[in-house]
Amino acid sequence: MMAVGLNHFLVLSALLFVLGLLAVLTKKNAVTVLMGIELILNAANINFIAFSRYADTDLDGQLFALFVIITAAAGAAVALAIVLNIYKQMRSVNLDEADTLAG
Amino acid sequence: MQELIQAVQNSQTFLSGLSEAALAIIFFVLFGLVFATVAAVCALVFVYLERKISAHMQDRLGPMEVNTGIPLLKNIGHGWAQTLADAFKLLLKEDIVPNAADRRLHLIAPFILFCAVIAAFSVMPFGEKLVVSDMNIGVFFVLAITSFSVIGVILAGWASNNKWSLLGGMRSAAQIVSYEIPSGLVVLVIVMQVGSLRFNDIVMAQAGGILHWHIFQFFPLNLIAFIISFLATLAEANRAPFDLPEAESELTAGFATEYSGFKWAIFYLSEYANMFLIGIFLSALFLGGWTSPFGSLFGGFFDKPGWQPVWIILKAVAIIFLQMWLRWTLPRLRVDQLMYTSWKVLTPFAFVTIFGVGLWMLF
Amino acid sequence: MSYFDLTFYVFAIGAVVSAGMMVFSRNLIYCAVGLLFALASIAGIYVLLGADFLAATQLLVYVGGILALLLFGIMLSVKFTGVELRTGTLQMLPGLIIVAGLFLLLLRMIYRAEWAVQTPGDMLPTTTTIGKRIMTDLLIPFEIASILLLIALIGAAYMARRERS
Repeated sequence: MMAVGLNHFLVLSALLFVLGLLAVLTKKNAVTVLMGIELILNAANINFIAFSRYADTDLDGQLFALFVIITAAAGAAVALAIVLNIYKQMRSVNLDEADTLAG
Repeated sequence: MQELIQAVQNSQTFLSGLSEAALAIIFFVLFGLVFATVAAVCALVFVYLERKISAHMQDRLGPMEVNTGIPLLKNIGHGWAQTLADAFKLLLKEDIVPNAADRRLHLIAPFILFCAVIAAFSVMPFGEKLVVSDMNIGVFFVLAITSFSVIGVILAGWASNNKWSLLGGMRSAAQIVSYEIPSGLVVLVIVMQVGSLRFNDIVMAQAGGILHWHIFQFFPLNLIAFIISFLATLAEANRAPFDLPEAESELTAGFATEYSGFKWAIFYLSEYANMFLIGIFLSALFLGGWTSPFGSLFGGFFDKPGWQPVWIILKAVAIIFLQMWLRWTLPRLRVDQLMYTSWKVLTPFAFVTIFGVGLWMLF
Repeated sequence: MSYFDLTFYVFAIGAVVSAGMMVFSRNLIYCAVGLLFALASIAGIYVLLGADFLAATQLLVYVGGILALLLFGIMLSVKFTGVELRTGTLQMLPGLIIVAGLFLLLLRMIYRAEWAVQTPGDMLPTTTTIGKRIMTDLLIPFEIASILLLIALIGAAYMARRERS
């Protein structure tokens, strides 16, 4: 196989992005959808850091990835609190059943 | 590692023909086996030491029966082969997995915990050149890798299909996560003073004798930092007064209830390997690591490379003795007292230490 | 094959296989374990790309924090009838088609674009540079991120509190 270059990292990132998107699109359980979102964010991070290494002198990509990690952590915490609340109300975390706006 | 691979490739032995990748795999497997063996042997020694030390503190004798039949070794006495006998027994015991338990998770949970602890040994400085991987983020790496143990504990509690294991596992996970915060904050105090996350930089900043050790600088803030760090790492290892998850009188063995034989031995081993890891971690950060306490007295004889592992292991054993001493002296904390200690006592004091040392360094 | 290539393929295959386990498994805990190994492999990829500080941050925050949170979330949001947590999938085939199409589009874009690649320099330690830039150029985003984390902490703790009777 040829030596690993920028393209390999980009293909890996695209593959992980696509798998995360599949999880978000086809899963019923809210927590699994959240896991898919985390995978999408990680794929984007790989992209940022790969470009930071191969096409940039300053560490801009790595700093952006750091902020993505921070924001993803905050988002995951809030999303899980929401999921727990939905479970308390509806006794189930099936996203298809959470379709009423009132109450 | 790169230098080692290049050295082998340049030498004239039969190994120099292999590609870089094959050599890398060989070295990884070799180092992994060496580390696992060293950790296992250390854990056996510390189990024996714990039984003997606890026995003498409680005015009894401890294991005295098992000395081997080999003529010269028999005369050592004091039941020194007790842990060997225990290890053999555990290896040969039947591996019982509950019927409705998740077999795969039941299998990998102890190993996740074990791997997390052993992986942290790869940055521990046993001497100036005796580090497997002298990373630039050494201290941060240890903090990051030991956070894997949370997952191992939760999965172990879940995979046993036992309500009390699950409860013990979740309590233990909550405890480990809460005590990671003061543990990490206090590391910041030392890193501020040294200016680097590398273990060897931190140790070499303490060279020159006992008065240069970090625990005696910036008095008393660093001493408070050492105490906070000691307590926080003790709680992370589920030891001493913080061992509610394995409270033998309440939850049988907490998350490890349904484990028998070799898998339980892995849990036990990783607990004692974690104690050793904490001993080396704290001695490298606060007690001067592999530098000698004598400094330039005796003409620098004690600073020679041969003495360095001796010093750090002595200091690690001293800290382990302190941990065992605490375990057999203090009663267990309740779970709400545990959480109170972490969030309302250790974390604020850690912040105060950081501010204090920061301001002191500025003026 | 050089050492760098071997490590890349090990971590990449680990990440993809674990992500696959996460997407296609029916047992919720297996999904979480798949995510665990995927995140750990991605941390390995970061090290290969010279981002040492970020790799340790990824392990500490994602594996030690978010994944533990997800596991707690799974265990607290299921009717405790047994060990197996089954979750089904909806309309896997249209999902696969869309996603495969998107992947092919991304592949074409990756191989067609002429990225402005420079030969990568030596891998220097990044901690000092990250620290300096956060404290000088990126101070405002840093402070806003801290406030965001504080808001998320307060909000999540408030939302998930026990019900008052």
